[in-house]
Amino acid sequence: MTAAPASRTSPDAPAPAGTRPVTMAQALNRALRDALAADPAVHILGEDVGTLGGVFRITDGLAAEFGDRRCTDTPLAEAGILGTAVGMAMYGLRPVVEMQFDAFAYPAFEQLVSHVSRMRNRTSGALPLPLTVRIPYGGGIGGVEHHSDSSEAYYMATPGLHVVTPATVADAYGLLRRAIASDDPVVFLEPKRLYWSKAPLDLDQPPAALPFGRAAVPRTGTSATLITYGPSLPVCLEAAEAARATEGWELEVIDLRTLVPFDDDTVCDSVRRTGRAVVVHEATGFAGPGAEIAARVTEGCFHYLQAPVLRVTGFDIPYPPPMLEGHHLPGVDRILDAVARLQWEADWIPGTEGRPHA
Amino acid sequence: MTVLEHTGYRPAPPPGWQPRTDPAPLLPEPEPYRLLGTGAEPATPGLWRELYRRLVLGRRYNEQATALTRQGRLAVYPSSAGQEACQTAAALALRPDDWLFPSYRDTLAVVARGVDPVQALSLLRGDRHSGYDPHRHRVAPLCTPLATQLPHAVGLAHAARLCGDEVAALALVGDGGTSEGDFHEALNFAAVWQAPVVFLVQNNGFAISVPLAKQTAAPSIAHKAVGYGMPGRLVDGNDAPAVHQVLTEALDRARSGGGPALIEALTYRLDAHTNADDASRYRDEEEVAAWRGHDPLRLLEEELRRRGELTDELVAEARTAAESFAAGLRERMHADPRPDAASLFDHVYAEPTAQLRAQHSRLRAELAAEAEAASAPGGGTGPGRDAA
Repeated sequence: MTAAPASRTSPDAPAPAGTRPVTMAQALNRALRDALAADPAVHILGEDVGTLGGVFRITDGLAAEFGDRRCTDTPLAEAGILGTAVGMAMYGLRPVVEMQFDAFAYPAFEQLVSHVSRMRNRTSGALPLPLTVRIPYGGGIGGVEHHSDSSEAYYMATPGLHVVTPATVADAYGLLRRAIASDDPVVFLEPKRLYWSKAPLDLDQPPAALPFGRAAVPRTGTSATLITYGPSLPVCLEAAEAARATEGWELEVIDLRTLVPFDDDTVCDSVRRTGRAVVVHEATGFAGPGAEIAARVTEGCFHYLQAPVLRVTGFDIPYPPPMLEGHHLPGVDRILDAVARLQWEADWIPGTEGRPHA
Repeated sequence: MTVLEHTGYRPAPPPGWQPRTDPAPLLPEPEPYRLLGTGAEPATPGLWRELYRRLVLGRRYNEQATALTRQGRLAVYPSSAGQEACQTAAALALRPDDWLFPSYRDTLAVVARGVDPVQALSLLRGDRHSGYDPHRHRVAPLCTPLATQLPHAVGLAHAARLCGDEVAALALVGDGGTSEGDFHEALNFAAVWQAPVVFLVQNNGFAISVPLAKQTAAPSIAHKAVGYGMPGRLVDGNDAPAVHQVLTEALDRARSGGGPALIEALTYRLDAHTNADDASRYRDEEEVAAWRGHDPLRLLEEELRRRGELTDELVAEARTAAESFAAGLRERMHADPRPDAASLFDHVYAEPTAQLRAQHSRLRAELAAEAEAASAPGGGTGPGRDAA
């Protein structure tokens, strides 16, 4: 298999012929449709995925086109959905499961951790589980409690799972096709506040399935590296733009795309060039994804670092009510504050390390 | 009269509305179904003698596996002594294309299905998580988290039906497992999808130490079936021919599109939960003695004697086969398994990640250093060297 180069997508690039503005939701829908059409083993299961087309309409029209045996409304029970998907995968099907919201995936956690992630290992490869668990995640949509969690750290800490999260419209298509084609279980985290983000794409000539484990570098720079994924990518790109305008810093932005497997090479290559790094995500900071990423960067780039690796994350609190979520989510100002503390004059002051300030 | 009725409002039933199913045909029999001692005849000639031979072997298997724990050859063994009728009949009722979903107490069912006993015991020996190829005998790996294998059985059965295959799944669970949420979700999915799956609850009276009365207030576990819209059946779990017949009927029905069934087999765990358990802390010896009088092997023996079929030849043949089986198992289990540490990274993903490749090479270096130390003059005391 030839490794594709890390993609450099730019919103300013001229749209090729045949393209039209497409939302991430439409790209995901098309990826599911194309997967159903390409492989009769693919079956979609979930709550409201049939007639309604999903609460976010990601499965819109699929039951009508492929029948309710291929796109099935299940009883309202997440452990049952994932548990039966395990049995279907054991029989040779390729289930794609939708969890309606991140926090509603928790009832399926035991199936995921005790069976989905381990079945290949338990059976020495005799029972691989080629199944995809799609989970809309993250905040920023004004959702009430249990509708805005970022649960990726739990999945990252579970060996045997791939953990994938697109941040762009094209990646949403390419990564989901790759996830469904994977012979390993994939937790596919969809940044729900980017469902309605748009980019030009020709859905009749869609992008190729993307390999896992290859981060993208949507913005190159020399001053510092912002390492992010999913819903925080547009925020980081905006922060990078502001940093150039206000301070003249050229920030490189890395979109991890797959959290597992982790692309150490792209991340470390960047940080060795810039010497400074900030990890940005919505999930809570303590024992969050950024802790692992900062540790890996420190191990891989120690002699190149001009400053400690900082994190800009959600606070270590239960996800707040929607009227307060703006204070919780990493924003441009908080990212710029962190970048400003990257020891530009080597005057690091202990005690002011990378904690986000309200 | 409801408020709506009071207003005179009489809504038409929505399209497709049907009256609820009459629950009566779904209800289990009031007394556990039995064949032994009722004057019934075997469904096929020789079936009961075959069950007898297999029960003798099953009992001997339980004794041998328990002995292997005392010899340090098994890390733990959850005995199914007293439950041999359920496990043997379960395996026999399956067709070759059917699938069995066992829990950790069901190695006898797995062995009766044809799996090599050494491979069936791998989990409990501790050399690997699952020692047999699930596809070869259509047996899922032994499941440890209670009832979590039940939705797998439903999904597999559903998939088989989607593929147009005449395949049924038989899922085994204990009385304690019926309290788990996965039991509920599995039965509900099975009934909604009309999946060809049969759930066999071996109600052995205890979930480790907790008796059934603290587990459920239902009239019986079999009654729970009605709430899901599937038939429930109650069977004497120590009456091997009865269990075999009830399971055969349910599996035939499932395979031919009749939907799932829940079968509660009343049995008793004669041994403690495992070799590490002390059953005297929670149950009386008199209770155990009473159940010994209703031992599945003894019940079948008495029936065959009544029928004049318990010949010296049959007894000797069954005993010889069981002893030979046990001796073979004992001998093979006394060989030290040598699981390969370098295989730890083999089946985490289809292709190892870069991070796992790095960890793998670190482990290989450690192993090489240990091997070198062990082979050096005066070596052999390095880390990882077996103290024995």
